[in-house]
Amino acid sequence: MSKRMVQFSIYRYDPDKDDAPYMQDISIELEPTDRKLLDALTKLKAKDDAISYRRSCREGVCGSDAMNINGKNGLACLTDIDSLKQPIVLRPLPGLPVIRDLIVDMTQFFKQYHSIKPYLINNDPPPERERLQSPEDREELNGLYECILCACCSTSCPSFWWNPDKFVGPAGLLAAYRFIADTRDQATNERLDNLEDPYRLFRCHTIMNCVDVCPKGLNPTKAIGKIKDMMVRRAV
Amino acid sequence: MINRILVGAHYGLKDWIAQRATAVIMAVYSVLIVAVLLVLRPAGFEAWQAVFALGFIKFFTFLFFVSLFYHAWIGVRDIWMDYVKPTGLRLSLHVLTIAALVGYTAWAAAILWRL
Repeated sequence: MSKRMVQFSIYRYDPDKDDAPYMQDISIELEPTDRKLLDALTKLKAKDDAISYRRSCREGVCGSDAMNINGKNGLACLTDIDSLKQPIVLRPLPGLPVIRDLIVDMTQFFKQYHSIKPYLINNDPPPERERLQSPEDREELNGLYECILCACCSTSCPSFWWNPDKFVGPAGLLAAYRFIADTRDQATNERLDNLEDPYRLFRCHTIMNCVDVCPKGLNPTKAIGKIKDMMVRRAV
Repeated sequence: MINRILVGAHYGLKDWIAQRATAVIMAVYSVLIVAVLLVLRPAGFEAWQAVFALGFIKFFTFLFFVSLFYHAWIGVRDIWMDYVKPTGLRLSLHVLTIAALVGYTAWAAAILWRL
């Protein structure tokens, strides 16, 4: 791959200076070694150091650089530049308050995550070494524990846009099922009670935007379906 | 009153199951009524009236309408929940929706049994 010019259209907003957000057209010459969108953002920041975004691990583990890329949420560090149509339109994650440029306030997202008690609840005295699971029981947690909380899914969900204060959202519900499914957890009933509400779980209408955007290839809709299934089995 | 976010009304599952159950009833009725009309092939007003004078057709048609209205209640309420935030306005819309749907139910019964 050779050197190439890449066109960008980036959402800019600095509440200290700007009256309103605007889209900035900017282009940058990339080296053959610049493969991921985050590489280009690093170059852009070198050119205009006011451009603000979050990043940390640059390899799809920390979930910091989630943004709306050409209309679809994703991680900049995992997105190939050459797979994107130009100009590459970058916007902050939809539905959350913008702090500056591509940085959003994730408070609401993490509030929902905390509301499902994302930790093991087990009141038995701890065993000497560890709480063991059978390999089959452990198998159920695959596809659940890998979530990096980047918020791509929840911020692509219209139900979360309309009711971010009440609907837990796909990321939170995936985490909820991760603990409901854990055979070492003893609070299954309380967890199901906590979600049996017209808002917290049942705002999900299975449109599967979450599955479409998850950069880790997880399936929150399936987890939500399993929670509903457990509620039905408990009730009838 | 402190304006805290309140969740925890325990009717989510019931309505979710009801919406699916009523959908199944409507789907079964749709197949049933098409089959009945294909077999009896009523031509003209008198013949249609005779079909709907049958007891089991009346029963299933009424069941269909009740299912439709219950299904619609959950769906319309979802719309109010998503888009209408002020509690007073939302409650008024809920009451109006229920009033309309109960009215429709009575109306459907009146038509079917020609009260």
